[in-house]
Amino acid sequence: MSVLVFVEDPSDELSQQALTFARTLGQDVQAVAINDRDGYAPAAWGQALAAAARERTPSSLIAPGTDRGNEVLAHVAAELDLPMAANCTAVSPGDPVTVTRVRWGGSLLEEARLHGSPALLTVAPHAVAADPDDAAALADLETIDPAGEAVVRVSERVQAETAGVSLVDADVVVSGGRGVGSSEGFAVIEELAALLGGAVGCSRAVTSAGWRPHTDQVGQTGTKVSPSLYIACGISGATQHMAGCKGAKKLLAINPDREASIFASADYAVIGDLHEVVPAISAEIRKVRGG
Amino acid sequence: MNVLVCVKRVPLTGGKIVLTDDQRAISTRHLGFTISPHEECGCEEAVRLIEQHGGTSTVLTLGPPEAEEQLRDMMAIGIDNAIHLVSDGPEEWDPQATATAIVAAIQQAPEPYDLILFGNESADAGNYQVAIRVAHKLGLPVVTGIKGIAVQDGTLRLEQEVAGGRDVYEVPMPAVVTVKEGINLPRYPSVPGRLRAKRKPLDASSPARPEPRLEMVKLVLPPGSGKQAEVLGDGPQAAPAVVTVLTELGLV
Repeated sequence: MSVLVFVEDPSDELSQQALTFARTLGQDVQAVAINDRDGYAPAAWGQALAAAARERTPSSLIAPGTDRGNEVLAHVAAELDLPMAANCTAVSPGDPVTVTRVRWGGSLLEEARLHGSPALLTVAPHAVAADPDDAAALADLETIDPAGEAVVRVSERVQAETAGVSLVDADVVVSGGRGVGSSEGFAVIEELAALLGGAVGCSRAVTSAGWRPHTDQVGQTGTKVSPSLYIACGISGATQHMAGCKGAKKLLAINPDREASIFASADYAVIGDLHEVVPAISAEIRKVRGG
Repeated sequence: MNVLVCVKRVPLTGGKIVLTDDQRAISTRHLGFTISPHEECGCEEAVRLIEQHGGTSTVLTLGPPEAEEQLRDMMAIGIDNAIHLVSDGPEEWDPQATATAIVAAIQQAPEPYDLILFGNESADAGNYQVAIRVAHKLGLPVVTGIKGIAVQDGTLRLEQEVAGGRDVYEVPMPAVVTVKEGINLPRYPSVPGRLRAKRKPLDASSPARPEPRLEMVKLVLPPGSGKQAEVLGDGPQAAPAVVTVLTELGLV
């Protein structure tokens, strides 16, 4: 029973996690990367992996649950006409293989059976911690060439203009929700974020209203963040939003509604109107700093 | 040009998910319905492309009879017509079955589509594969996670957000593209738009559901955070307690 693992990037934690996850199915694990000399070409990469699967007949083919991991494995699944389970948190061998997988961006789990061999699955980010030995093993990695003619290939990389602290990398994120009330209302959120050296985030209600750009959205269809501290101001705590901030180490929620569901996920709570509470926190920080 | 957008009816979950007694679905007794934010943007993009280049836009769903509500919503923001593949019961269709049904509908369409749009992933199941399976069956190129579409001389220039910037793809039409929220800001339906939507053509049929090969056994709520929030106070008087916490965390 061998397991084939697609390694998107040997230095990336999520690829390393996929290898550690694969070992829960057995010790005969082969890790392969695709030669990216000519740029990323999802269908051609999928064809190469499908050919490797036909040749080596592994019991499972596993990829990291990243954008490209999910995309390439879906091409393999389409090519081989096999079922595929995306973003799994657990797997049990057998006939059929059973998996636990993520739904609703992590707000719900599903137990499912995969009727087909090899079992095709991707690993949900942080479902397991990467074993340091697996990370080391990736230093010496087999590389295979893409297959077929690539109609779809990255032709150009446009670099992003960087301004301030990025939401993904920020150590503190101060986020505003519907309770902020307007685009102008974000001034107090921006002030607190600046004092803490953090980034400004927001909920989907805010981007849908056009108060902030979508690049500021934290959520299932926005950015997933993992700061040391997440400060949620006037955010009710819908599953859409929590899917984006559940990686935060600590969460402080400021909301006038004691029953708001955000408090069930919070470490610290302040009951009150953000328009009064947030400026008071900023003033207090200045006072403590002697400013 | 002719643009097709595929969407899926899903519940508006709010803050807390409650399951049905048999653990095979979300209890929707008190919930409204919508489509994924990615798919809403797909419909808006289709409307804009047709406004710009001329042609026809169509929205397609595979879902229960009630999913007509979502099709009418999208016709209210400007989609021209709709295809409703009416599902035959409460059981979910797996990604392979879904793709097969969509492909059959596309092949039966009176005119071929130049562009077939999907959301990057559905809001509920998040299988990340239906669009790719449809493209394979139709022999079309497919690009995923797109936040910018420009059409010129039968070619699509597509932009995908990646760490540090944007990757650009250039593909010939016809093509399959999955989009992400943020590609545009969808408009709200107007009252005249809603009235017009009621009279727009909707083609309904009922394909048979094959046995699932990705078979859902049951749904499980993830273990709770187990957190009991420490209340730091009420109103602005809580500020000193908040700053004490910020100091403990090394942030002040």
